[in-house]
Amino acid sequence: MSGLRILVPVKRVIDYAVKPRVNKAQTAVETQGVKHSMNPFDELSIEEAVRLRERKHPVEDILAFSAGPAKSQDILRTAMAMGADRALHVVEEKTDLEPLGVAKLLKQVVEQEKRNLVILGKQSIDDDAAQTGQMLAGLLGWSQATQASKVELEGEMVTVTKEVDGGVETVRAKLPMVITTDLRLNEPRYASLPNIMKAKKKPLEKKTLADYGGELGKRLKTLKVMEPPARQGGGKVEDVDGLIGKLKELGAL
Amino acid sequence: MAPPLRHGLLRHATTCLRQSHPISAPKLSRHAAIQRLLSTLAVLEQRDGQLNMSSLASISAAQKLGGSIHGFVAGASIKQVAEQAAKVEGLEKVIYVDNAAYDKGLPENYAQLLVENIKKGGYTHVLAGHSAFGKNLMPRAAALMDVSQISDITGIESEDTFVRPIYAGNAILTVQSEDSPKMITVRGTAFAAGAAEGGSAGVEEGVDPKAECSTEWVSENLAKSDRPDLATAEKVVSGGRGLKSKEEFDRLIPPLADALGAAIGASRAAVDSGFADNSLQVGQTGKNVAPQLYLCAGISGAIQHLAGMKDSKVIAAINKDADAPIFQVADVGLVGDLFEKVPEMTEKVKGA
Repeated sequence: MSGLRILVPVKRVIDYAVKPRVNKAQTAVETQGVKHSMNPFDELSIEEAVRLRERKHPVEDILAFSAGPAKSQDILRTAMAMGADRALHVVEEKTDLEPLGVAKLLKQVVEQEKRNLVILGKQSIDDDAAQTGQMLAGLLGWSQATQASKVELEGEMVTVTKEVDGGVETVRAKLPMVITTDLRLNEPRYASLPNIMKAKKKPLEKKTLADYGGELGKRLKTLKVMEPPARQGGGKVEDVDGLIGKLKELGAL
Repeated sequence: MAPPLRHGLLRHATTCLRQSHPISAPKLSRHAAIQRLLSTLAVLEQRDGQLNMSSLASISAAQKLGGSIHGFVAGASIKQVAEQAAKVEGLEKVIYVDNAAYDKGLPENYAQLLVENIKKGGYTHVLAGHSAFGKNLMPRAAALMDVSQISDITGIESEDTFVRPIYAGNAILTVQSEDSPKMITVRGTAFAAGAAEGGSAGVEEGVDPKAECSTEWVSENLAKSDRPDLATAEKVVSGGRGLKSKEEFDRLIPPLADALGAAIGASRAAVDSGFADNSLQVGQTGKNVAPQLYLCAGISGAIQHLAGMKDSKVIAAINKDADAPIFQVADVGLVGDLFEKVPEMTEKVKGA
């Protein structure tokens, strides 16, 4: 059997701990001067890819990919510090690509780089779309396993336990395959300083959208971005009787 | 300065009126014309020959759009599910495909099945619930149709404009789509499911492309419970890290939930620590709930958790940390030790 040639797409997003603010013009969320980091689900993808190699599966190489502004380089370096072998960066400053556009881009990367396993996060925590992996699998005609909490490999057969409503479901498919990660899949490692230094020497290839030709433009138009209606805390009560009384008053009991 | 300005405003207002009057009539009929052309396919879920009632939210959402609505079901011995669906109010027709190959809803062949039936019906909109099934299936089908998908909508402004939360619910996006059909997943708690009785839709067999499925379904392990379903429950009692152990979670939370007739939820911290099953997680990466009452104990209120519950009608919190962020959103807060307060509450609710 030939080895695993893994593609791990990663996205640079506003750090999960930051409370996003809508800009004054109500056109987008303010990103200037806000801490960014790797989408948490993508850290799980890298970690899983690296663990496959550590579990002695024949991994040929792990390619980290990102499409986005120049600063996305930082998270590609992080991915390499965590164990990815090399990185590919499609530099695009202006357009926020939609999942369909990213999926089309990834399809080309998969074909050019002869990948046989793609591991993505189940969703990015900024647009919360949860689409890219499924779209990619559809475009490639590959098997898909979403919201994976366990991935087992035996030869070319992949068995994935998935988080579904009310419990878990297990599916099995032959490579090539697209897997999206759920939080329960693993505990991503911290990149150690020596590994961060080593990652600086790993190859990072830069391309542009033009290199991929094709129509990756936007289909959806943002009309407005607003703050959600603020919820006012209703104050505190002294004891359990007060709590029950207030709940009755509010018609909740 | 004031009088001319007022005049100006008045003149402006009258011109507006004069202009808008003749336009308003054709505008209305144009709207009606659009509504007549709309046709929605609502993808319904089934399990073991039972229609999944929470998937009916896609029908409620479709009713907000206007136009005709067809339901879609597929699986083994599906006819009875189709007939059950035909009674749901609002449906004109139920399309069914009877084939055991679709029973588990695997997207590798189900997406192709859906695409063929969308093409045949010429639908302008395709809606499914933003459930594990809908999330798995719809983007794949959207890609096959070469359209962008709009996920987890909470509002419909017009036939091409939709509202959805982004950034864990910290911003609300209004988005317009020119794609056709519009592939959409619907947040169940934002569109109350309509009546499951009273409809009389026709039942019709759909097309079956019999696409191969490259994935094999192996097994499932679902948490069995007599309690109301978390996603649709009227009341939810949720526990967090503050419960300290699975034993304490099981000792304190279920009795209070039972006393209230509530479903049980949990924070990510509680799930990660093994206090509660994954399927009970409420939040950005778990379930979204919007019950009448969300009562939580030992949950601090991280933004990822708030994302999943802040649309609840009434939020009540018990926490010993008076500065916990949960108190900023709670309608009623009780600062105290949950190990005392929760059992006391259980007893008092039971006694009431």
